[in-house]
Amino acid sequence: MEWYINLFIVLPFVGFFLSLLIPRKKEVWLSRLSFTTVGIQLFSALFFSILWLLKGAHVINLKEFSIFKAKDYDFYIDFYFDGITLTYLIIGALLTFIITVYSQYYLHREEGYKRFFNVILLFYLGYNIIIFSGNIETLFIGWEVLGLSSFLLIAFYRDRYLPVKNAVKVFSIYRIGDVGIIMAMWLSHHLWHENISFFKLNNYELVHEHLAEHSMLGFTIAFMFFISAAAKSAQFPFSSWLPRAMEGPTPSSAIFYGSLSVHIGAFLLMRTYPFWEQQTSFRVFVVFIGVITAVIATMSARVQSTVKSQIAYSSIAQIGLIFIEIAIGLQEVALVHVAGNAFLRTYQLLVSPSVVSYKIREQFYNFVPRQKTIEDSWPRRIEYTFYMLSLKEWNLDSFMYRSMWNPLKKLGSRWAFLTFKNVYYFFALTFVTGLVLAMNPDVVPVRLRAYLPLLFGLIGLLMVIKAFTERKSVRLSWSLIIMNHLCIALAISFNKHFDVSHHIWYLSGVIACGLLGYLCVQRLRKQGEWVSLDRFYGHVYEHPRIASVFLLACLGISGFPITPTFIGEDLIISHIEENQILLAFLIAMSLIINGLASIRMYARIFLGPHVKTYHETAKRSS
Amino acid sequence: MTNLHASFDRDHALHQLKHYLPSQAPLKDFIHHNTLHAFQEKFFHTGLAEAAQIFGYKVYLSLEEYQALYANGKINDEVLNKILETQENDGPKITKDQLLTARSEDTLIPRIGRLRSTWKSQFRIDLDSLVHPILFRIIGSYLDQGVAIWNFPHNDEGLISSLRELEKNSLTSFFRTNKVRTLLVSGGFTTESLLQMIVGDESLFEQYLMDQQCAHPGWSGIVSVIDDNPGALTDARKISLEEFIQLELLMEIDALDDHFGAIWAPLATRMTERPTPLFEDVIPSETQRFQRLWQDAFEWTFYNNVLSGIKVSRVEAEKTSKSFQSIFCIDDRECSLRRYVEEEDPNCGTYGTAGFFGVEFYYQPEHGKFYTKVCPAPITPKYLIRELESSISRKKDFHFGKHTHGLVLGWIITHTLGFWSIVKLFLLIFKPEQSQSSVSSFNHMDEFSTLTIENTNGEMTPEGLQIGYTLTEMTDRLENLLRSIGLVDHFAPLIYAVGHGSSSVNNTHYAGYDCGACSGRPGSVNARVICHIGNHPIVRNMLRERGIDIPSTTQFVGALHDTSRDEISFYDLDALHEKNRTLHAENYAHFNHALTKNARERSRRFMSINTHKSAWKVHREVKQRTVSLFEPRPELNHATNTLCVVGRRSLTENLFLDRRSFLNSYDSTTDPEGKYLLGILNAVAPVCGGINLEYYFSRTDNQQLGAGTKLPHNVMGLIGVANGTDGDLRTGLPSQMIEVHDPLRLLVIVEHTPEVVLKTMKINPATFEWFENEWVKICAIHPVTKELSLYKKGVFEPLIYLGETPPVAQDIDAIIGKEQENIPVYLLKTV
Repeated sequence: MEWYINLFIVLPFVGFFLSLLIPRKKEVWLSRLSFTTVGIQLFSALFFSILWLLKGAHVINLKEFSIFKAKDYDFYIDFYFDGITLTYLIIGALLTFIITVYSQYYLHREEGYKRFFNVILLFYLGYNIIIFSGNIETLFIGWEVLGLSSFLLIAFYRDRYLPVKNAVKVFSIYRIGDVGIIMAMWLSHHLWHENISFFKLNNYELVHEHLAEHSMLGFTIAFMFFISAAAKSAQFPFSSWLPRAMEGPTPSSAIFYGSLSVHIGAFLLMRTYPFWEQQTSFRVFVVFIGVITAVIATMSARVQSTVKSQIAYSSIAQIGLIFIEIAIGLQEVALVHVAGNAFLRTYQLLVSPSVVSYKIREQFYNFVPRQKTIEDSWPRRIEYTFYMLSLKEWNLDSFMYRSMWNPLKKLGSRWAFLTFKNVYYFFALTFVTGLVLAMNPDVVPVRLRAYLPLLFGLIGLLMVIKAFTERKSVRLSWSLIIMNHLCIALAISFNKHFDVSHHIWYLSGVIACGLLGYLCVQRLRKQGEWVSLDRFYGHVYEHPRIASVFLLACLGISGFPITPTFIGEDLIISHIEENQILLAFLIAMSLIINGLASIRMYARIFLGPHVKTYHETAKRSS
Repeated sequence: MTNLHASFDRDHALHQLKHYLPSQAPLKDFIHHNTLHAFQEKFFHTGLAEAAQIFGYKVYLSLEEYQALYANGKINDEVLNKILETQENDGPKITKDQLLTARSEDTLIPRIGRLRSTWKSQFRIDLDSLVHPILFRIIGSYLDQGVAIWNFPHNDEGLISSLRELEKNSLTSFFRTNKVRTLLVSGGFTTESLLQMIVGDESLFEQYLMDQQCAHPGWSGIVSVIDDNPGALTDARKISLEEFIQLELLMEIDALDDHFGAIWAPLATRMTERPTPLFEDVIPSETQRFQRLWQDAFEWTFYNNVLSGIKVSRVEAEKTSKSFQSIFCIDDRECSLRRYVEEEDPNCGTYGTAGFFGVEFYYQPEHGKFYTKVCPAPITPKYLIRELESSISRKKDFHFGKHTHGLVLGWIITHTLGFWSIVKLFLLIFKPEQSQSSVSSFNHMDEFSTLTIENTNGEMTPEGLQIGYTLTEMTDRLENLLRSIGLVDHFAPLIYAVGHGSSSVNNTHYAGYDCGACSGRPGSVNARVICHIGNHPIVRNMLRERGIDIPSTTQFVGALHDTSRDEISFYDLDALHEKNRTLHAENYAHFNHALTKNARERSRRFMSINTHKSAWKVHREVKQRTVSLFEPRPELNHATNTLCVVGRRSLTENLFLDRRSFLNSYDSTTDPEGKYLLGILNAVAPVCGGINLEYYFSRTDNQQLGAGTKLPHNVMGLIGVANGTDGDLRTGLPSQMIEVHDPLRLLVIVEHTPEVVLKTMKINPATFEWFENEWVKICAIHPVTKELSLYKKGVFEPLIYLGETPPVAQDIDAIIGKEQENIPVYLLKTV
């Protein structure tokens, strides 16, 4: 019976893969394939769940295979099934099934019909990998897939400015969540000295014993999980991305941002619950954030004048309550709440266009001018202040902007002297020096030796910041991203257990994809296209193939699970010593910005309003 | 050409802005109009060239599209040759070779926005991205009609005043800097002073404002509409376009202060060169000259096809008595239904007229808090008709309620009703049916209610509207209707007045689907009112004195045709005489068969329906579409409209026009002077012309003049739609409404002598403008000789070139069954 779990991963994967092969014009094939895939999944899920419940509902842990194995390091795929998985499985299959049936007609004649179903299936694959994952590594694969599919769906209308801008914005928040998981993986490695499975976390004594020795470490790991969960579930202070994600066709917004994607943060919390169950301070912290989110989001929902953003904030508020329920140990309540909230918001979003006729009709018969609300009973100064704060979404959007991206932009602009022509000299000099030092560590005074990884980590970080903020040269930016990886590799080389084969894992994908991306850019230039990073160019309009290949290159170079670099990143990080927190921080930052820089490049070159205006182009504000 | 004023004239600037901003009303009153009405005072092609170069709109199809149409035979080679021969061109003549090989220009930069782009190019600041999000949020919340639960704390003095009060009494601010906040609170500014700070050069103020407001035409447009017509909002808000501009200027200053610190130089100081004044003369580009010719050829390919069919129409002989007569709306969607009704009962007579049937009034349904206008938009009625004794109940749906957005109630609802949502969703998707989300045209009025049609005691509403019509007023209206459609004798026992409406679900543009002549409402009330008038014995007596004798055996019956469901509902049948009741039962069957056939014909455009299934199955699926949440095309509305025939039915009865024609009945023999023609043309030009041109421009530039695809639309404050949550309002029609539409100008064909038509169309300058500048083409067909003449530059010229007579369709049903695209004109029977 356990074996059937594989089916739940394989099926969406096969569906997704086949959907790529179907020609664009074959609407019926595409939609049939999609709802057949999800339909089979739904029925098998129901069948499997009943069987599982009848057989006593024992937790299933299925260790699949190791992808990479070394001394006390084992990157393996692991699947897991319990009540939480079951709930998410049924909710997911049910809603995705409905949405695919719905979209079959709804998307008819839409330019991106195929793309839509590709992405829905990719999303569904990622979703299932996450909910079935038995360890953080497996979960992380799904996590990345989910992030990518979100980006692609928000930017579904890729020829307009706002969807692309918002897609990059949401991706950047997701990226923060990703790094939460990377850091949690690194720290866990040091806590457990192995790649622990979720199954083992159920062992109360084991967890207790480890946490007793390292309570600070335990809190930090839990905190990292929390960052990821909060980012994905749009909790405080990340809430403002959710309404901005409502850029795709309504049904996609309904399942992504109304229901499935946004509840994945809650899933992560429930999944890791056994780990932080014993940390009261952390639980208090989760409740605290949950309360803040619930209050802020409710107030924001009350002032929203657009239907979708109102639903988004209401959903966020309920997820805040779900976080609280999880933290106080009411997991069953939380699961029911997740299901109810997902169903309700999906429905509300799907019928959101009907709001116009419904409310206008209601108003026509029942209008009462100047209806009082509860807030009118507050002192005016309080009322107005809260109103304005709510309308401004509690400054959360500008907070993200000011605290994260503005400093980066400032840092990046200091490096104006770097150009595509001289960056290689500069890099060669640095890198060769570093390499020589790494091979002959003895020439460096012992006192300074500990700072070398930091130095190169820092250079790497600065390079990728420059790449992220570069406004002109595509080739410069792209080269800097590759150099960033090389610097990270170099920085790690100073550590003790340095192993060349790990570097090969890490850098193979980077180099290959780096080359691929470079070729794409060259190809575009050869065809007479102007490419730069100072605006959106929208070249996908004329060069959809190059765009797809370049996207793959971007994914590969930022450690998406399609090249060995994905495992390499994890491997490299595991080499960071427990006491090298600063180095871990530098590298984590590098990875965040690295992914951002490459996706930003993809967006700028290929997405957004087309630079050529011989065809219809929307206004920037629309 | 308007020159930019060296000194800034605020009123002129505001007037100019309002002229060029979209003038689309809030969603509930969506009414079709010429999207480029601002250019209508120019000759069509000249206006288009200006719209394209000044505002960057796409006003024609692309050269590649025309070339493809030519390659597929959709543009006739002969017609193209003819057009090339007669081209009027100052420069060298354009050759066919040029037309066939020319390619679109890669990049065209419109004049709009160039001045303001200096911020980006010289100051390296992206003002729009700093200002738009919060500006849209404020204006959206201020104008919101009922989405938000906690409303913008507005006062009655306007936007700036409300904001001032907010800022004064708040611990936080919408502004980034204190300076601007203080400025707002103190009120020590004028539009000029703000512009002086930002632009610095008075001669550029007007152009700057144009650039600024046209960067978000949706919001500016709606503000301008509300400024001009505060009644457009149910929940009133005071606002003027100038206030909105001031707010944006303040926000710009705020953003600049925040970015550059307190001291920065205005825009004019760093301008490298003066941008071209917006309204300086426009010289059509080469591409545009090509497009003109292509467009003419495209239009004439179709016009020729139609005209050659109309030319061979039957010469009307003596009138005969009919089994029944039915008056439909002029609407192009009734074109095919009339054909089928006639097919079912060849002895019946069908008529077309503007669907408010000449009775203009406000309607107040029982329990309604407001009055609804049910006549063409330009008319301001003086009458009110109330509905009494309605038994329509309106069910609530918690999904739309505010409780789901509360914290505690939300918690309870998600735990309980949330699970009902999934069940309901499953049901609605696998077995679509009417729900609280849907709009049904039959709910406009309860069929068993009574209406206050007759005014006997001079009763008025407090607003000064007369409740119902007096007998003389009734007689005037009935006489006018009957004479204008030429139905003055040979009355059948039953005369139907069939209004129309449309049912749909998940449709923000629902008002655009109902009857345009009833201000975007179903025509059921109007149909009942005119029939009540027609059946009134005293009215008949008075009418008899005026020379129209309706026999006492004749009865009027009102009805409503639902154009998306193809269903019909008849009103006040209890009043029928015994004999007419029997006759009606027969006619009822005819109508129903005709509707099923009509549904089948419509279904040929629907991918999801197999037209070859049995007719009633097809009809069932057509009905199902209108309640399917996932169906963005409940019907295709006015798509493909291109014609308007004003004349007797004999002109068109033998033609298959593929639902492309507005049909207005008119009999020149009963109106030799064109007295009633004037009224018809006054309605045809703005209503049909407006519909046609809105479809035209939404099709050629769906991104800027249309609303883009409706799939991502988000409802903003119940007044408009935007993409996502922080975008500009989208005006025009969504792509789903126009994708099958061919952008061709409306051709009005009037059955009368050219002299009378010319004289009549010149009477009303507003109507004449449409024809004079060729935004609508007009052609006269002589009632007797059938000679055709086309209006061009002040005169009607005989039309010389005509294509071959269209073929006779051997089996029109088979053609309908296999063709998805437009079907050319066919003769239904051999002449």
